[in-house]
Amino acid sequence: MSKRIDNAFKEKAFVAFLTAGDPSIEKSEEYIGRLIDGGADVIEIGIPFSDPIAEGPVIQAANIRSLSAGCDLSKVFTLAENVRKKYPDTAIVFLTYLNPVYKYGADEFFAKCEQIGVDGIIVPDMPFEEKGEIADAAKAHGIDIISLIAPTSEDRIKLIAKQAEGYIYIVSSMGVTGMRSEIKTDIRSIVEAVRKYSDKPTAVGFGINKPEQAAKYSAIADGVIVGSAIVKMVEQYGENAGDKLYEYAKMMKNACLGK
Amino acid sequence: MEKGRYGIHGGQYIPETLMNEIHKLEESYEFYKNDKEFNDELNTLLREYAGRPSLLYYAEKMTKDLGGAKIYLKREDLNHTGSHKINNVLGQVLMAKKMGKTRVIAETGAGQHGVATATAAALMDMECEIFMGKEDTDRQALNVYRMELLGAKVNAVTTGTMTLKDAVNEAMREWVSRVNDTHYVLGSVMGPHPFPMIVRDFQSVISKEAKQQILELEGKLPAAVVACVGGGSNSMGMFYNFINDKEVELIGCEAAGKGVDTPQNAATIANGTLGIFHGMKSYFCQNDEGQIAPVYSISAGLDYPGIGPEHAYLHDIGRAQYVPITDEEAVAAFEYLARTEGIICAVESAHAIAQVMKIAKNYSPDQSIIICLSGRGDKDVAAIARYRGVKIYE
Repeated sequence: MSKRIDNAFKEKAFVAFLTAGDPSIEKSEEYIGRLIDGGADVIEIGIPFSDPIAEGPVIQAANIRSLSAGCDLSKVFTLAENVRKKYPDTAIVFLTYLNPVYKYGADEFFAKCEQIGVDGIIVPDMPFEEKGEIADAAKAHGIDIISLIAPTSEDRIKLIAKQAEGYIYIVSSMGVTGMRSEIKTDIRSIVEAVRKYSDKPTAVGFGINKPEQAAKYSAIADGVIVGSAIVKMVEQYGENAGDKLYEYAKMMKNACLGK
Repeated sequence: MEKGRYGIHGGQYIPETLMNEIHKLEESYEFYKNDKEFNDELNTLLREYAGRPSLLYYAEKMTKDLGGAKIYLKREDLNHTGSHKINNVLGQVLMAKKMGKTRVIAETGAGQHGVATATAAALMDMECEIFMGKEDTDRQALNVYRMELLGAKVNAVTTGTMTLKDAVNEAMREWVSRVNDTHYVLGSVMGPHPFPMIVRDFQSVISKEAKQQILELEGKLPAAVVACVGGGSNSMGMFYNFINDKEVELIGCEAAGKGVDTPQNAATIANGTLGIFHGMKSYFCQNDEGQIAPVYSISAGLDYPGIGPEHAYLHDIGRAQYVPITDEEAVAAFEYLARTEGIICAVESAHAIAQVMKIAKNYSPDQSIIICLSGRGDKDVAAIARYRGVKIYE
């Protein structure tokens, strides 16, 4: 159980995602720093994958840019290590597809996470029933497995929430990641169902990009997750996205806090 | 074995959004597979619409020329739409309709599965969208138009390697977006459980018929059955009813592209390692860090970096053997079958022909080999011409 994740949700949290190695691993380190300085409470570091089936076009493109620029696991580990040294209290979570972890070896992977000070892991292609692939190894090394709950989860909410660790990732919409102007799902009823079975914090992601959305959903849940909007800025401003990201994080964190 | 597992392979590695839907699909399938009305309807469609049973043709000239085993061709190329894909598609689309779905989506490589899905959708009044890699829409332009004629929308996928793997990625992404009204007609014995089982069951009609036919013709089982393997649907259909007949060799032919020692191949058993991708644990062509490798074959239908989990299991236990066949060997076999038997087969199926051209002489004339001729080759003629340096464009 991660203390850093618990602390991150002491007030409404802004969770920021970016794909590691886009446009370069050095820039990722700088950008994560700026996001944290701006107010991000949790950093989700996306480990690039050749075939990210849960991602929309924006993050897909970032995965390709990262891999093409030569990003690999050892560089991602170094990135996380450097961030941890500079920000001892910020929660760091990896988002990765299962295959890179499986191929690396779950035990070795989580041993490395523990050594670096990574707090949790999100695996979008690993549903509750297949958690066995990594559960023992993650537990042995004290890494939280962050579960996703979708608009279609219904009766599965209980199953998932009861074993939840870290925070619970509420998927706002059907489909893949990406910015959405409108979210139709009844998030409130999902959050209420989750809270019946778990005291872990909830964060709403998929589609959130505007401060109004951040304000709305952090009032319902315990925080919001933003990925595509951040990655889009990195795509747009390339090597010069630092100030934009800082300002954006500040704006979104304030929105989460109702300011 | 655990449900949905084939040894260690298989499973359901998919986003949470799809889990309830995949459970519903499994329940529906378990119901309909034993439902008399469903089976009557499906069997009528297979007989009256698809043209089953398909012929088991004795390739006498090929047999004499190669010297050795008697060679039979299971003529899936004569099915409506020109390949074995219709067997699975009729089953899945009929089931989807009964489940209340109004729309089907599918991935396609060569276009055979896409054409079959578009056909069944037209017949059963379902909306249809096909995902096909841009590379494949270019090399199989005729099939794209064919699908459009049938009323389907064809989406050219421009991500990744722009081939079959990327078409599967996009189809999965689309399914996650519209799971309520849409059924994903997966075209091979791959993906998350229950797809490998459903597709295998619907394709097993191939070996069910072939077994009965060969027993009538030869009075005994074949020495070997041979089929090409991409994801592995025609081969699993061809193998399935022979798995328990230990004396029958099961031989799958993978696409070795420009050679298994070159970077340009799609030979998953030869070069792949254990991984988890596209909803299943199986063997995949991938690098040391688990990034899925770009694969290559002249055949768009075999151009896939993985293999169905049941094949992976049959390989693990040594029940089936998998051999690599290069582009060059497949093209030579394509031409050989055309000249020897007057049959222009799919370049996918030519991989199986090529293997039999190598091994037929190792058997005696009182033994037989069945080759699954999974599809017809009209779609490949222009590409083969180009391969031979003849400038024909469709």
